[in-house]
Amino acid sequence: MEFSGRLRKKLRLACDQKNACYPHSLQFYLQPPSENISLIEFENLAIDRVKLLKAVENLGVSYVKGTEQYQNKLEAEIRKLKFSYRENLEDEYEPRRRDHISHFILRLAYCQSEDLRRWFIQQEMDLLRFRFNILPKDKIQNFLKDSHLHFEAISDEEKTLREQEIIASSPSLNGVKWESESVYKIPFADALDLFRGRRVYLEDGFAYVPLKDIVAIILNEFRANLSKALALTARSLPTVQSDERLQPLLNHLSHSYTGQDYSTQRNAGKISLDQIDSLSTKSFPPCMRQLHKALRDNHHLRHGGRMQYGLFLKGIGLTLEQALQFWKQEFIKGKMDPDKFDKGYSYNIRHSFGKEGKRTDYTPFSCMKIILTNPPSQGDYHGCPFRHSDPELLKQKLQAFKISPTGISQILDLVKGTHYQVACQKYFEMTHNVDDCGFSLNHPNQFFLESQRLLTGGKDIKKESSQPETPQPKPSVQKTRDAASALASLNSSLETELEGLEDYFSN
Amino acid sequence: MRLRNDGPWGLCSSRQFLWRSSLGQVLYFMESFDPAELPELLKLYYRRLFPYAQYYRWLNYGGVIKNYFQHREFSFTLKDDIYIRYQSFNNQSDLEKEMQKMNPYKIDIGAVYSHRPNQHNTVKLGAFQAQEKELVFDIDMTDYDDVRRCCSSADICSKCWTLMTMAMHIIDRALKEDFGFKHRLWVYSGRRGVHCWVCDESVRKLSSAVRSGIVEYLSLVKNMKNDKCGPWLEWEIMLQYCFPRLDINVSKGINHLLKSPFSVHPKTGRISVPIDLLKVDQFDPFTVPTISSLCRELDVISINEKEREENEADAKPRTRDYKKTSLAPYVKVFEHFLENLDKSRKGELLKKSDLQKEF
Repeated sequence: MEFSGRLRKKLRLACDQKNACYPHSLQFYLQPPSENISLIEFENLAIDRVKLLKAVENLGVSYVKGTEQYQNKLEAEIRKLKFSYRENLEDEYEPRRRDHISHFILRLAYCQSEDLRRWFIQQEMDLLRFRFNILPKDKIQNFLKDSHLHFEAISDEEKTLREQEIIASSPSLNGVKWESESVYKIPFADALDLFRGRRVYLEDGFAYVPLKDIVAIILNEFRANLSKALALTARSLPTVQSDERLQPLLNHLSHSYTGQDYSTQRNAGKISLDQIDSLSTKSFPPCMRQLHKALRDNHHLRHGGRMQYGLFLKGIGLTLEQALQFWKQEFIKGKMDPDKFDKGYSYNIRHSFGKEGKRTDYTPFSCMKIILTNPPSQGDYHGCPFRHSDPELLKQKLQAFKISPTGISQILDLVKGTHYQVACQKYFEMTHNVDDCGFSLNHPNQFFLESQRLLTGGKDIKKESSQPETPQPKPSVQKTRDAASALASLNSSLETELEGLEDYFSN
Repeated sequence: MRLRNDGPWGLCSSRQFLWRSSLGQVLYFMESFDPAELPELLKLYYRRLFPYAQYYRWLNYGGVIKNYFQHREFSFTLKDDIYIRYQSFNNQSDLEKEMQKMNPYKIDIGAVYSHRPNQHNTVKLGAFQAQEKELVFDIDMTDYDDVRRCCSSADICSKCWTLMTMAMHIIDRALKEDFGFKHRLWVYSGRRGVHCWVCDESVRKLSSAVRSGIVEYLSLVKNMKNDKCGPWLEWEIMLQYCFPRLDINVSKGINHLLKSPFSVHPKTGRISVPIDLLKVDQFDPFTVPTISSLCRELDVISINEKEREENEADAKPRTRDYKKTSLAPYVKVFEHFLENLDKSRKGELLKKSDLQKEF
């Protein structure tokens, strides 16, 4: 029928129009997005991309980039977060749009300091490299053209003319079929790393670059452009930051913990006090293990240590009553007067459980928070041992924990590369005798839960049947986000996390 | 004009040679250079011999970019080793006046900066930046000391000069054919080496990283391994001995200062003259004029001219002094180089105006 035919055409046109916006599964982010989006979507896109880039970072240090394992895991992460990665898939408009917009949002957050910029550029480059490497050969030329890169593949005649020279000069062509390989002609200055090492054929000011080497050049160009763009973005940042809706998100995005907050009393009452000593060596992360030992040795902990350890204990399931008993018992051993304890310390413990003052139920500290804030000084035992301990001292601690020498050197290498949480994951793998811990560590309580799951085979942990009745109001101690906007995202992230956990624990 | 090379190169060596004057008179000259005479010699040189017009034509680069010449840094080394940097000039006449006033022993050329170098102290901290400079190479004979047995350190002779000739061939070919550089000026340093100035417009804008990359491309660093056997042994020995040895520090820095063409070498008196690429195999550093020989030529010219004026009725137009001396052929090489620069520039402007459809 004519009518339906027209409708079908209209739909197809609309679809084509959409696809025309994003003709490829990857892009250089040359043009900023121009549509309107809701604040909620703005936040969600930002958070999702942060998760993606963190996964990119994690996988990049845990696996050799480019290997099948690395690629499969990265592809899974990208697919999970619903970003684009591959051509030839159905319905690619939405993932590409999400990719486009989220990149530009993160530019706002990550342009603010040299360190942030470096981190952002590194992860975006790794992501681009992955996507480019899985591009089918016939799509490459179109992608380069659409990205306004002046890289032209030379004709077959030109290729044949210079066959001997190009093959002789390009080590990357070893073992590759000459006929199938494209060669690109680019100004020599754009191929710096290649020509300085004499790994490319130069003629009359141009470098004749095989496809394999073009990737490195493209990435360099991408890095240079992104670096410039971030510098420009930083200059217009004051205008953006004056928007009150965006300011809290942008300020804290780079520091935010975007996972579960472990504050719900899901496991409340399931730990008994006499288990803590053995749990500390079996399932505690090193930061808490060292705090526990210091408490037992000195019968005292300073404020920073009490906060970090106390909230962790709450997260693993200690009730208020248990906590009061635990701390009092220990402090009294240190010749503290019981009355003094009641007066000075018990109030604070009740406060941290939300039973005093403004009744905020404080959430246990995430790794990010422990690493970035309140560094320990002499006489403190809190903080992250991988971040805050001197490498020699850390080595000794690990030896005391009976980690093998190879494990220790791997951990120290990761620490040198500032990959503290991955170093802690390595510690997990060594102490639990597994090759792959199977999770991306960003919270001490997560470490504990994963450890318990492994050791008890998931049987002892109750299946979570209901969601929390009311979401906890954001604690000011955390300083992660503004209350109002955070509420919405807290709800959504909690929901998704809990959904995941349900499947997790039901075996 | 064949010369006898006897004895090593050194200070104050005296040599005899024949010179045919413009009047067909054959005169003998004792070519000796005494550094103590420099102040007087330089005065004469800067007043009557230094080719200011061509020099300015070079560094002005057609006046296409505003203040290109005015933002160029020069450094002077004066008598008693007084070194002054951040010299800059308004135009050719300013340059001429200052050089004649200060009588520098050495002149170095630096980069084109963001502001006039002689006002760099008035510029906000961090704003005074080197922006462009020719790509330069310095090949020094002392870098070949491990493979030459005829001479060492500052000495050179016709034997080891062949190493320099080879280096020029190799580097020039690479610059021209591999990198596509069109405007390459080779200059004798005045004592024991050569410099190359690459003056293409795009090259002057190259970053320090790319310049370093070019030197790396041109360098073959090898350890002296005498125990190697095999089919490539001969070739490797040849490479080890003859391949050009470059100093990366000279080339990579945009703000690096290098001895200016047509400046005088204070120890040898030789002028840093351009080398004709078409005759590079015939170039003989021992035939390069010294400042003292040039000044002596000037004396002769003055005498002859006076005679001529007395003999002739009509006054001919005064030709530039250097043209009458043995400096002339070298200035001609320089002018040829400048003509090529001009041609390129015109070509570029035409291309640009075509693109913009201007008439």
